[in-house]
Amino acid sequence: MGNPMRIRAKLDGDVVDAKVLMNHAMETGQRKDASGALVPAHYITKVIASCNGKTVLEADWGPSVSRNPLLGFRFRGAAAGDTLSVTWTDSMNDTRTDEAVIG
Amino acid sequence: MIARHRTRAIAGLAFAALTAASSIVLAQPEDDPVAEYRAMMGDDNPAEFWVMRGEALWTTPRGPASVSLEQCDLGMGPGVVKGAYAHLPRYFADAGEVMDLETRLLHCMVTLQGIPREEALKQRFGDGARESDFEALAAFVAEESRGQMLDVPLDNPAMEKAYALGKEMFFYRAGTHDFSCATCHGQTGVRIRLQQLPNISEAEGARAAYSGWPAYRVSQGEVRTMQWRLQDCFRQQRLPQLEFGSEASIALTTYIAHNANGAVMDAPGMKR
Repeated sequence: MGNPMRIRAKLDGDVVDAKVLMNHAMETGQRKDASGALVPAHYITKVIASCNGKTVLEADWGPSVSRNPLLGFRFRGAAAGDTLSVTWTDSMNDTRTDEAVIG
Repeated sequence: MIARHRTRAIAGLAFAALTAASSIVLAQPEDDPVAEYRAMMGDDNPAEFWVMRGEALWTTPRGPASVSLEQCDLGMGPGVVKGAYAHLPRYFADAGEVMDLETRLLHCMVTLQGIPREEALKQRFGDGARESDFEALAAFVAEESRGQMLDVPLDNPAMEKAYALGKEMFFYRAGTHDFSCATCHGQTGVRIRLQQLPNISEAEGARAAYSGWPAYRVSQGEVRTMQWRLQDCFRQQRLPQLEFGSEASIALTTYIAHNANGAVMDAPGMKR
């Protein structure tokens, strides 16, 4: 189920400025815990953002993205009041979708 | 031979120092990469996730007594969170001692919720999947004082004593490296590695240092509290471990907080 994201989307002229703060451990699979055991890999592999039924961003991610990452992007073709939806899928096949209204 | 090599090495160092000094002057605005990073993140601080979890922890009945922390008195009366962090540490008559935020939270967990002290202290600091309740609760309480002016008066003999003890510790040199807190935090305008370290013995530096804690540490992916900051400073100084919630840790916090009086609280912040 994953933890909720914090999505902010603001219309600036005809461009939407979107900021997505994700709550994810993003374990690389290379870190060891205090007892020396390997912490299993657990990171986001795919991010898809869509608006009005159209995909506006699709990204393949790997273990090099930071813990609790912030994703910023800009796109055209949306109006104030539209809904921006963001979905991530991670290496343990967990997935999470959150939405925000463009302001 | 050795002497000659050494001379050459020193000359080389001096040259490097000179060029470094001139580039520092030129690169003044970009001198603080952490500030730049913070500006890029804008209002998006992952500490928000800790604030959310802390608020849930505050209102959820827990422990053997199955009560929430909503009756916890942080100094402004039972259950008052707004602005409480801007007046901590303070003397608590019910406990008969000076307490900082984390110690007071521990006090409430033990006295209100009936959680055994050892159990409450098990996860003082978070470690990936093993989250710390203190870090979440501290983030939540601190957030409720954002924008408030820090006011920690020495209005009581216990506070005066804590401040005096904290000050003595701050300047006390000890350990294998003969370090004191003041070794790194007692001068203005100098730095260690790329870090501009604040001079905590003065108001300006203390304000800059104190107002942003607890903070999200980007390098650790965790929100850290002042108790964490202090015990890590002790580790870096190679001093004996600073006990969580000890008189010594509270005294140091009192010293820093009182020096920082007048600061506008901006926690949870974001740190390297």
